[in-house]
Amino acid sequence: MHGIADTLGYPEEATSTQVPLLARLHEWVITVDHKRLGIMYICMGLVFLLVAGLEASLIRLQLVVPENTLLSPQVFNRLFTMHGTTMVFFVGIPILFGFANYLVPLMIGARDLAFPRLNAFGFWLTLFGGLLLYLSYVAGDGLYGAGSAPDVGWFAYAPLAGRAFSPGNSTDYWNLAILASGFGTIATSVNLIATTLSLRCPGMTLSRMPLFVWMMGVVVSGMTLVILPPLSAAQIMLLFDRFLGSHFFDTQAGGSAVLWQHFFWFFGHPEVYVLAIPAFAFASEIIPVFSRKVIFGYPMMVAATVGIGVVSMGVWAHHMFAVGMGRTPNAFFAASTMLIGVPTGVKIFNWLGTMYGGRIRFGTPMLFCTAFLFQFLCAGLTGIMLAVVPFDWQLTDSYFVVAHFHFVLVGATIFNIFAAMYYWFPKATGRMLNETLGRWHFWLLVIGFNLTFVTLHFVGILGMPRRIYTYPADRGWELWNLVATLGVPLQGAAILLFLINVILSLRRGKPAGNDPWDAWTLEWSTPSPPPAYNFDTIPEVKSRRPLWDLKHPSDPDGLHE
Amino acid sequence: MNKGIPMPSVLTPEFPSGDWSQLSHRRAGVIGLIIAEASLLGIFVVAYLFYIGKSLNGPYPKDVLGVPVVNTLCLLASSVTVGLAVRALRQGHRRLVSTWLPVTVVLGLAFLAGTAQEWYGLIVDHGLTIGTNLFGTTFYSLVGFHAFHVTIGVVMLTLLTVFAWSGALRPTHAEHAELVSWYWHFVDGVWIVVLTVVYIIGR
Amino acid sequence: MWSGVNGSTGLEEGKVSQATRSVEKARWRFVDRPLCHGFRAVVCAIRVAAIVGLSGLASIALGAPGALGDDGPVQTPNMFAPVSTPAFAIRDISYFVLGICAVIFVVVAALLTYSIIRFRRRRGEDTREPPQVYGSNQIELAWTVVPVLIVFVLFLATARYIFGIEGHEPPPQTLQVTVVGHQWWWEIRYPDLGIVTANELHVPVSNPANPSPTFLTLESADVIHSFWVPQLAGKLDVIPNKTNRTWIEPHTPGLYVGQCAEFCGVQHAWMLLRVIVHPKDAFDAWVVEQQAPAVDDRVARTGRDVFGSVACINCHTVRGTTANGIFGPDLTHLMSRSTLGAGVAANTPENLRNWIENPAGLKSGALMPAMQLSSRELDQLVAYLLTLR
Repeated sequence: MHGIADTLGYPEEATSTQVPLLARLHEWVITVDHKRLGIMYICMGLVFLLVAGLEASLIRLQLVVPENTLLSPQVFNRLFTMHGTTMVFFVGIPILFGFANYLVPLMIGARDLAFPRLNAFGFWLTLFGGLLLYLSYVAGDGLYGAGSAPDVGWFAYAPLAGRAFSPGNSTDYWNLAILASGFGTIATSVNLIATTLSLRCPGMTLSRMPLFVWMMGVVVSGMTLVILPPLSAAQIMLLFDRFLGSHFFDTQAGGSAVLWQHFFWFFGHPEVYVLAIPAFAFASEIIPVFSRKVIFGYPMMVAATVGIGVVSMGVWAHHMFAVGMGRTPNAFFAASTMLIGVPTGVKIFNWLGTMYGGRIRFGTPMLFCTAFLFQFLCAGLTGIMLAVVPFDWQLTDSYFVVAHFHFVLVGATIFNIFAAMYYWFPKATGRMLNETLGRWHFWLLVIGFNLTFVTLHFVGILGMPRRIYTYPADRGWELWNLVATLGVPLQGAAILLFLINVILSLRRGKPAGNDPWDAWTLEWSTPSPPPAYNFDTIPEVKSRRPLWDLKHPSDPDGLHE
Repeated sequence: MNKGIPMPSVLTPEFPSGDWSQLSHRRAGVIGLIIAEASLLGIFVVAYLFYIGKSLNGPYPKDVLGVPVVNTLCLLASSVTVGLAVRALRQGHRRLVSTWLPVTVVLGLAFLAGTAQEWYGLIVDHGLTIGTNLFGTTFYSLVGFHAFHVTIGVVMLTLLTVFAWSGALRPTHAEHAELVSWYWHFVDGVWIVVLTVVYIIGR
Repeated sequence: MWSGVNGSTGLEEGKVSQATRSVEKARWRFVDRPLCHGFRAVVCAIRVAAIVGLSGLASIALGAPGALGDDGPVQTPNMFAPVSTPAFAIRDISYFVLGICAVIFVVVAALLTYSIIRFRRRRGEDTREPPQVYGSNQIELAWTVVPVLIVFVLFLATARYIFGIEGHEPPPQTLQVTVVGHQWWWEIRYPDLGIVTANELHVPVSNPANPSPTFLTLESADVIHSFWVPQLAGKLDVIPNKTNRTWIEPHTPGLYVGQCAEFCGVQHAWMLLRVIVHPKDAFDAWVVEQQAPAVDDRVARTGRDVFGSVACINCHTVRGTTANGIFGPDLTHLMSRSTLGAGVAANTPENLRNWIENPAGLKSGALMPAMQLSSRELDQLVAYLLTLR
């Protein structure tokens, strides 16, 4: 009888006697296997997705009518702070790094990551951070009225986040939780880079790696190494300010509130690329397989991604156009922000070029990737609009920006996370997810998501700022807020269907076999799920698509690359 | 049982075993760590530079700071000695290893002692703490973080010394010892930056 | 493009909204075309008449008292319904970039849609793989170069508008105003005129031929806020230990609303801004009124004594009396303002009484404490404050 743990376990070791539950859980707790840790990262992310989604639903319910009294301002401010913080640090990062954890060794023909124990350490530190953040709801002032969670926004601007304006410990929970999980993420990034640079199977030169590995193992991990420590540094400074009486961001002592913003956004902007590039990585694997064509322009895709990674370090102050930096800095960051739109747009064209002339099968993964293409196009264009500084002077800190970044983080990242789930779930579990439920999931999500977030662009243009717990009735914002809230139950239902799909398919899904999608990268050469050691023998590759070469021996990729 | 698509081993390997070489994962890991640490310390350097001259009240750097010549010499010398230790390990000179490693540790401890003495003077004689003004804030955090990393280095070097003395450290561990020395060189390099920013530019 | 959105989405009741909308349409049609002065004056007169005439209805609807408190109905703060020079400029560059992006979207979306439909696998089709195309240097070069050119053009336009708006020098007739952001209200100071008020910014209208803009110096008393009135200008942050400067140049009298646009704590949502643009004469009259010291009505002397004895004077200023606190808003001409608590409630006697009795009841977390007054003290105090016109 197959339990979930068995399904994700190691078939070769299955014996006729059932391993006791406690022993199986113990295996998972002490594991250093990248596949299990990857799954644990993803499960952690999904749990926090539900929590953060609930927080968002409450936010939309409060805003559905003007001057609503469903939530007090204190509760509302905690909700949007927790929603943002949770989504970025405890949903996005874990799920995306979880996929990287699972797939990178398999794709490069390795047996595990370079530092398996460091991998486990990174995971447990991240989980600890998430739990610490949510401990804030119960510790300190306690739960009644849902108090004591941080309420300074996910970005915790100074001096609001300093002791003078945020007494108590709620801000410290925010600070310490992200510090902890940040170190976990840095550890995982070091691990991924070392793995990518050092453990590729023979024949897999850097230019033969799957795009997923380039994007996750090199660019995203490299970026994280450089940009996450500045956030940690700024948070340590905030910690010193709050506990040791230092004056890093203390304007009364001559400190600069803007300095916090520079440090935070130096992290914060590349961070959103850290959340978006994995979406590109998923698309770059899934779109070719479902279009039955090799990715169009592999070298340019690599160059564009590296270019995005590098340039993204130089655009951070486009979050600060309204701070009053002066004309020249404003112009500089406008230029760099517009510049980064070029490699980003180029990638859309490359995916388009892959689909063009193909024989596209619209399985559920491809449905999500297709929606991603349209939605990311919108997101990129509204981003270019916001790079036009005067336009940004009107719309920064308004719902237009909220709509823009949700188009990126949900429309691109979350949608492609679901694409990746449907695509690689068979590999991890040996069972297919149900296609019918998948289609329901997709259509509910795409309709609900667009209903909410297309609408929010307009209410931002009509002058509605962010982070307000209510709004006056005479501003003309009611209809838009009502429509935006109507999208919430659809999205909720979609996620629920996905979870039902997962639970049902784990037990009764169609057996997947090694290669249900007829794909071309090395992970599809192993059984589903792969054994603990991944490969019987370390493979040797001669092109970017080793399985294509095997399936088409008369026309291997090596002749064309 | 289906073991997956067999990868044929009969194809002439492009890289016969031994020819396929990549960066050692240990080096890659330590390089990654050093990049992350550099980024972290870099922000403290930026904060220090940004706040030069902006304290609203004294004491000011020129009033209280001397140039830490002895400390600097100790740390620079320790980089040399640790390099000598690693070379000795690679060549199998056990006694030299057991000498240079503890010398490095002692030099590192001397640096920490010098820092502690400097701080004692600043706090007790001049009343400069982390909360006194922007100078105090940025000085103690930057120099303190560096000293913290020196401490970590000293701990690792002490461990290496113990392994050397116990005979467990072999030439096969040359790469491991070298990577510890890389960390130590990094700490030394950061000190050069701190010296320049705090004691030369900022004074 | 956005004129249909302006004023037609909200709950403005019946006649108020229809009349306003038709006036809006009239202004919208005529403002952008060269007109003879007479025609413009007629339009202006219609607008002013409509506002004045409807303000009675509006004051009933909104509960705002008195003639000088009537600023007109609240318009939706739509950035595409500008009335001020910088806002017009922003609208122009916005149309430009929206146009470019719309074209890009249509082209790329059309190609995507075409690909999805044309290259879909059909049933019964043979399962051979399609031709594998690995790339094309010419195509990839083209679709890199074209976006770079677009970006270059966009950047040049953007830079021009940045320098144009931020670099604008104040002409001689500029009115200088200092805005100080507090948690959670706006202090408005006219340093050259000796006026201090709160939450309402009164400025004179500007004639484009002979501009008389208002330049704002932005400061903060505590945390970061942001000054945003979309119809007048882009937003600019209000940051402690940093002074920012911005400007507005409204061409049309009326009431324009905005609010704080940088999260500043519990009541960030109720830090509303009302900017009232007066014709020149009306503005001068307002100035004279505001410059006068507080009304000293004998009838309300007992209330004034209550004001002095229960620590109100520690936080509030009433010019002409001993009250000179600066932590809270200046109350010298409290009753000339339309709202209380930076917009959380209309300035009516009942609301005023409730506010003083328990500020947190109207605005949870507000920094004004409840002074635990007896009912009689409260009545006397309110009676006094009602005299501060």
